[in-house]
Amino acid sequence: MTAERNLPEAVREFGFETRQLHAGQRPDPNTGARAVPIFQTTSYVFEDPESAGAYFNLQEYGNTYSRIMNPTVAVFEERVANLEGGAGAVAFASGIAAQQAALFTLLEPGDHVVSSSALYGGTVNQFKHLFRKMSVELTWVDPDDPGAWRKAVRVNTKAFFGETIGNPAGNVLDIDAVASVAHEHELPLIVDNTFATPYLCRPIEWGADIVIHSATKFIGGHGTSIGGVVVEAGTFNWSNGRFRVVADPSPAYHGLQFHETFGTYGYLMKLRAETLRDLGAALAPLNAFLFLQGLETLSLRMERHVDNARAVADFLEAHEVASNVTYPGLPASGYRPLVEKYLPRGAGAVFSFDCAGGRQGGQDLIRSVALWSHLANVGDAKSLIIHPASTTHRQLSDAELEAAGVRPGTIRLSVGTESVDDLIWDLEQALDRVR
Amino acid sequence: MNELERYQDPLTIQRVLHSASTIAIVGLSGNELRASNFVGYYLKRHGYRVIPVNPRETEILGEACYPSLSDLPEPVDVVNVFRAPDALPAIAQEAVAINAGTLWCQFGVVNEEAARIAEDGGVTVIMDRCLKVEHARYVGRMHWLGFNTGRITSVRGSLQ
Repeated sequence: MTAERNLPEAVREFGFETRQLHAGQRPDPNTGARAVPIFQTTSYVFEDPESAGAYFNLQEYGNTYSRIMNPTVAVFEERVANLEGGAGAVAFASGIAAQQAALFTLLEPGDHVVSSSALYGGTVNQFKHLFRKMSVELTWVDPDDPGAWRKAVRVNTKAFFGETIGNPAGNVLDIDAVASVAHEHELPLIVDNTFATPYLCRPIEWGADIVIHSATKFIGGHGTSIGGVVVEAGTFNWSNGRFRVVADPSPAYHGLQFHETFGTYGYLMKLRAETLRDLGAALAPLNAFLFLQGLETLSLRMERHVDNARAVADFLEAHEVASNVTYPGLPASGYRPLVEKYLPRGAGAVFSFDCAGGRQGGQDLIRSVALWSHLANVGDAKSLIIHPASTTHRQLSDAELEAAGVRPGTIRLSVGTESVDDLIWDLEQALDRVR
Repeated sequence: MNELERYQDPLTIQRVLHSASTIAIVGLSGNELRASNFVGYYLKRHGYRVIPVNPRETEILGEACYPSLSDLPEPVDVVNVFRAPDALPAIAQEAVAINAGTLWCQFGVVNEEAARIAEDGGVTVIMDRCLKVEHARYVGRMHWLGFNTGRITSVRGSLQ
């Protein structure tokens, strides 16, 4: 019913570098604009009452209101979904909001989540406090022990959660093994892939069901915007009897059974049409545009990030003031076999080391750097440095610090794309002052 | 999964989407919350003539409903199936008998014997694919909701 020609490119498997530039966007039909237009718009005129009804009933794909969908944000969502190999994606105002929404969509009061203990401090706080308020139970496990994941499963368990590369201790998750345990128990594995990015690792290819990003980090890449995104593989069987909240008729959407009706796209539809609608943490169109600018150069930046990270890690490992360098890409790292399997292009660019002199030594180092920026973020093109025990992980108890791989003198680095000799020069002169 | 790829060729799918005008939906439900009803509604909206085939109903989506494919009063380009896989061989035989152009079987409606029957009878087979999703991927607006269409092109789009 359309005159449009067939598209021969539909049968070509395009490379990552092509997809990071093109996925999710065709040149604008109205204007021919080649760059993605910024739709700084809240709402969209309906053709007629029937169309409006069809959009709200989810019988037709249509723009209604930018809290739920926006044409610029949609390009970003599809591009990330394409790069991760998922069925689709939903963007959020922050990585933390994305994570909360992904879990909120599949959890009910009384449920239980099994999570790696080696996580970003913000995630640890979120899980500890927000889950308690939602009456959701939580078990922390050593992510390196697949047996620990299995032992933690209960009848009310609804998800496994871990990070591809743990923040800040550099644990590499054995995604294949943990996904197998999750699937034995008909549970989804949720992986935060922020530190790896889809260029270095695509967790869905190894069995993950849901992938989360803080787009604020390497995806954006320039420290300009806060945002997050949830990608779903589309292959998990939400109708297996454990996920009535996804599979049963929804009281929040006139009795719609999201998984039965939309199949592959059921979880994503529910995530957007209910969770995003009700939690309201929508990504701003301008931020989506800035993330798209970041994605266009993702592979180029990541190649440089991992080269520089490896050189900085080598330097620190040989330096007497630094110890316990956690970069999993080092030849001596215990995670080397997992890096070879999951991260063959490089083990990311965020890691930690312990500075001699404990808390005081760590603070002396931070005071002495001149090129590295002392701030609470990672994944910027600029190199970043922070002392977790006094900042990002400050709210954690000593035991929780230890479980997250943080000690009093631990310093976390996010290695940027500057001239690597300059990065090493700055660390060297700062370490000299710690001595 | 791999053996189904021959029934999921993107160029064949696009040819069917662009050339079809009449679609008979076998197993179309009158319940507005069922997947088949979503698909039928969507196809009507996009200008296809939709003919419901369901022995338990007389009218669905405002269209007269027929008990079987053999009862249809006009030729159809596509037979779209929402039935259990074991019902498929008989439906394939009927599709051949009425000279349907394509037998399009939805997600999970997979039956190799039926595919053979249809192909031997000169009917194109598409299997384990959703007609609505494929239309939305190549012609419609699936990208507006952040779904991965898998499409990469620098050809200017048409107005939607």
